[in-house]
Amino acid sequence: MNNKLYGNLIFELSHPGTCGYSLPNNRFPHHEVPAEMRRANDAELPECDEMTVVRHYTNHSANNFGVNNGFYPLGSCTMKYNPVINEEVAMMPQFQNLHPLQPDYTCQGALEVYYNLQKALCELTGLAEFTINPCAGAHGELTGLMAIRSYHQARGDHKRVKVIVPDSAHGTNPASAAVCGLEIVEVKSTANGLVDVEDLKPLLGDDIAAMMMTNPNTLGLFEKEIPEIAELVHACGGLMYYDGANLNPMLGASRPGDMGFDVMHINLHKTFSTPHGGGGPGSGPVGVRADMVQFLPKPTVKKLDDGSFTLVNDLQDGTYDVTRNHIGAFLGNFAVILRAYTYILTLGRENIKMVGPLATLNANYIKESLKDVYELPIPGVCKHEFVFDGLKDKSTDVTTMDVAKRLLDYGYHAPTIYFPLLFHQSLMIEPTENESKQTIDGFIEVMRKIADEAKNTPELVKTAPHNAPITRVDDVLAAMHPITTYRMIVNDDKQ
Amino acid sequence: MAYKYFPHTEADIQAMLARIGVTSLDELFSDVPECIRFRKEYDLPEAKSELEIRELFARLAGSNKQLTCFAGAGVYDHYTPAVIPSIVERSEFLTSYTPYQAEISQGTLHYIFEFQSMMAELTGMAISNASMYDGTTATAEAVLMANAAAKKANKVLVSSTIDPRTLNVILTYAHFHGVEIELINAVDGATDLNDMQARLDAGGVAGVVMQQPNRYGVVEDFTGVADACHAKKAMFVINSVAADLALLRTPGEWGADIAVGDVQSLGVPMSFGGPYAGYMCCTEKLIRKLPGRIVGRTKDTEGRRCFVLTLQAREQHIRREKATSNICSNQSLMALWVTIYMSLMGKQGVKDAAQLSYDGAHYLQEQLLATGRFTATFSRPFFNEFCVDFNGDVDALQKHLIDNGVLGGVKVDANTIMFAVTERRSKEEIDRLVELIKQF
Amino acid sequence: MATFQEGLYYSETHEYVKVEGNVAYIGISDYAQHALGTVVYVDMPEVDDEVEAGEEFGAVESVKAASDLISPVSGTVVEINEALEDEPGLVNKDAFANWIIKVELSDPSQLDNLMDAKAYEEFCANE
Repeated sequence: MNNKLYGNLIFELSHPGTCGYSLPNNRFPHHEVPAEMRRANDAELPECDEMTVVRHYTNHSANNFGVNNGFYPLGSCTMKYNPVINEEVAMMPQFQNLHPLQPDYTCQGALEVYYNLQKALCELTGLAEFTINPCAGAHGELTGLMAIRSYHQARGDHKRVKVIVPDSAHGTNPASAAVCGLEIVEVKSTANGLVDVEDLKPLLGDDIAAMMMTNPNTLGLFEKEIPEIAELVHACGGLMYYDGANLNPMLGASRPGDMGFDVMHINLHKTFSTPHGGGGPGSGPVGVRADMVQFLPKPTVKKLDDGSFTLVNDLQDGTYDVTRNHIGAFLGNFAVILRAYTYILTLGRENIKMVGPLATLNANYIKESLKDVYELPIPGVCKHEFVFDGLKDKSTDVTTMDVAKRLLDYGYHAPTIYFPLLFHQSLMIEPTENESKQTIDGFIEVMRKIADEAKNTPELVKTAPHNAPITRVDDVLAAMHPITTYRMIVNDDKQ
Repeated sequence: MAYKYFPHTEADIQAMLARIGVTSLDELFSDVPECIRFRKEYDLPEAKSELEIRELFARLAGSNKQLTCFAGAGVYDHYTPAVIPSIVERSEFLTSYTPYQAEISQGTLHYIFEFQSMMAELTGMAISNASMYDGTTATAEAVLMANAAAKKANKVLVSSTIDPRTLNVILTYAHFHGVEIELINAVDGATDLNDMQARLDAGGVAGVVMQQPNRYGVVEDFTGVADACHAKKAMFVINSVAADLALLRTPGEWGADIAVGDVQSLGVPMSFGGPYAGYMCCTEKLIRKLPGRIVGRTKDTEGRRCFVLTLQAREQHIRREKATSNICSNQSLMALWVTIYMSLMGKQGVKDAAQLSYDGAHYLQEQLLATGRFTATFSRPFFNEFCVDFNGDVDALQKHLIDNGVLGGVKVDANTIMFAVTERRSKEEIDRLVELIKQF
Repeated sequence: MATFQEGLYYSETHEYVKVEGNVAYIGISDYAQHALGTVVYVDMPEVDDEVEAGEEFGAVESVKAASDLISPVSGTVVEINEALEDEPGLVNKDAFANWIIKVELSDPSQLDNLMDAKAYEEFCANE
């Protein structure tokens, strides 16, 4: 952002009279849009030549940091390598040009990809059937909880309105439950960071719809009492929901279906290497056990006896039907599905089972290499991630926020900070299986250096970043006086 | 054996295990009870080389029929300028996370701010969020938003001229969230405003949802609707096809409180249903009730203008069990896609593309009616999509067209076909479609 | 450090009530504004709205938190503090001077269920 021009908004580069597009000549007889149907004024979009637009966005990209730029140890986000071949497949015009409503027999290749990915996810998780319609992890959670409510409602069991969520859960879990019309009951963690089974027992009853868990949990710890927990929840008539945010370390180690989970979502943009894209598009497939398949949303893809594929779309006309949930227009983010399927085929059965062990190796290596300078609240083996509670030396007033910002100066993305809420200075680190020992050793060295700086030159850390495109931002100003469009900037500057 | 996505040598692994103080990778999973360890081989194919991947997907891609598209129903075959994918695929955009660390995410924050600005311009609304999953979920979220804002009312009216897939999503979300949905009748392919008024008068209505152009391609007249809604303290929600708003009267001009829809029509490939992005705009008064991400302007410690995720106190991770939306992401890359589209097309280009689509559709309708085999289903104005009744076997006709490489519209009823035309359809392609129909 | 103004009534959800005749001024305590951090928005009801003791009547937002406002008493809103619309940070400057709503009490006996300054200070110490 040193060059002032590149800090501009595209609107500020607008030069009326120029244009950045070309269209075929309009050779149709002219039809005037009737005045009563027409907008009074044009949308004030910028007017720029093509190169101005290209430079503008190219330079913006330089102010971003992606997995391809450097190590991205963002806990709970599984920032793994996004293979280039996936992109090539997703951009194939023979997939891009498909209209979602064209007849089955004209899009067999696309349906085959969808179907085969459904089946691969079943195999990797031990569940009976998947839908890949949800567009994100949170969308998947909602879809899974809908399936759970539908399951209970279809049995005429309307008392089950509560969902048990551990106090270490992702914030989305309670929000998804609330949107789905369910109440949240929190279960405590033990000092070891695991679900407190004794605290759980009195919560169980005939009003429990389900228990939502992440395993390994948000501390990166495997909930080893999961067989007993699943048995207890099932015994009271509830279902077990697996939040797939942390599925990555389980590849090659354990399957949610085998652990006793009945419903789960997967984040294809975490475990199956599709790019996060600055926030999306993601994909949040939902899997269920065999007797819940009818409650998955439509449309879905089936394989016929003759080996061909068909789309089952069961539209409801005006009235809700428990077996015809719909959570999006079509089959979900198909181009994301293509990427995930490419990834699974590229790894194959012999490599996919190494994903969990190598991710877990990397996490434990960092943890053991830094626990003398950062506070490790719960010792022992972790899975793909772990949480430090800030610096070990509490005599400085350098916070987790400061450490995170200082990491940016050294060319690393920050870990997840201030989550989970169980600790005041949470610093959640997740390296993926794609990171080499050399990369990780470099990170460890920098983390130790920052711990030294916190002691010797704390101001340097507290005012970081110093080498990023901008310094720390005033988020109070943004929230107190929200300016969220260019038009608002113009009006605000006039005042 | 080395594998291209795993950077560890055997010596690396041993050195790392030694530092950890265990002797094998397996020991890292000693906390997983043996009864739930997965000790088998996954029933999946063996690893494929990149060459084999290319061959496999060439086969899969090739088994999809490539058709000249006259289908719409919410998804349109608009043209994508070459610039867009080349920038969107830049890995600084592609491989970054949600822009929590504003200092190294100004690229993403900048374009989201531009996206919000452009969607506000296009819809004639004051505020836009950073995008939703798609148009259907954006509409369902608008239903929940209207319902949450109403103190006592718990019913939302939805026009029966709304896209049937959008209606399904509304019904599903509303069912689980406990919102009552009532359908407003239609007359001659448009919302029956008398029926709407009667239902409003019955009371307890939090919002009214309509679509423009509607599920039949009809451009509806919403004169008086906003006033009727506001008189009953109900919110007026309009779902529109984004590209059409370059010319059409905007939701803002109709007096909508919330404007939603899909941005796919702004140069996003059809891609068999996604990814697209939903847009969600509202009046300034409602900004703190709007779900989803919002980017705002601020300053850094050196006083430089910059952008940041803001108004997060509204969001799911803070509201937790009090949330009325659980969305915690946006379709960011698709927002970038359409932001570049609107930057290239600009003020004039979006109008030119819309006019081409409008003219092409009206030309096609005239040609079809002239064959004597079709009649107009409704006597209403349309934009770039319209319904016609065919005096023959619709399924057989569509099959005949596909056999000749043409996707001949979407069947909406036993005798009714809906055709859509975009700026991508040349006069030659339209004339050929009409010729093929004449041959049938 | 948080101050605990004498002569007011306090609730366990950190609202205070200052009573003048049959009218009550309701705001959030100094302790609450400290815990919340810089207030960026106050969501208020409208004049003539009814509030119920124990029910939510609005919210106070900081950058990273949102806290519902729970009315300690029942009554009718007769005035809202419009100054907070433009400058919500006034709550941080002086939480007791910058009340949020003014309510005509429908049941003054509800005040008996609230804490005095001393009891509230002890309550906060144990939070």
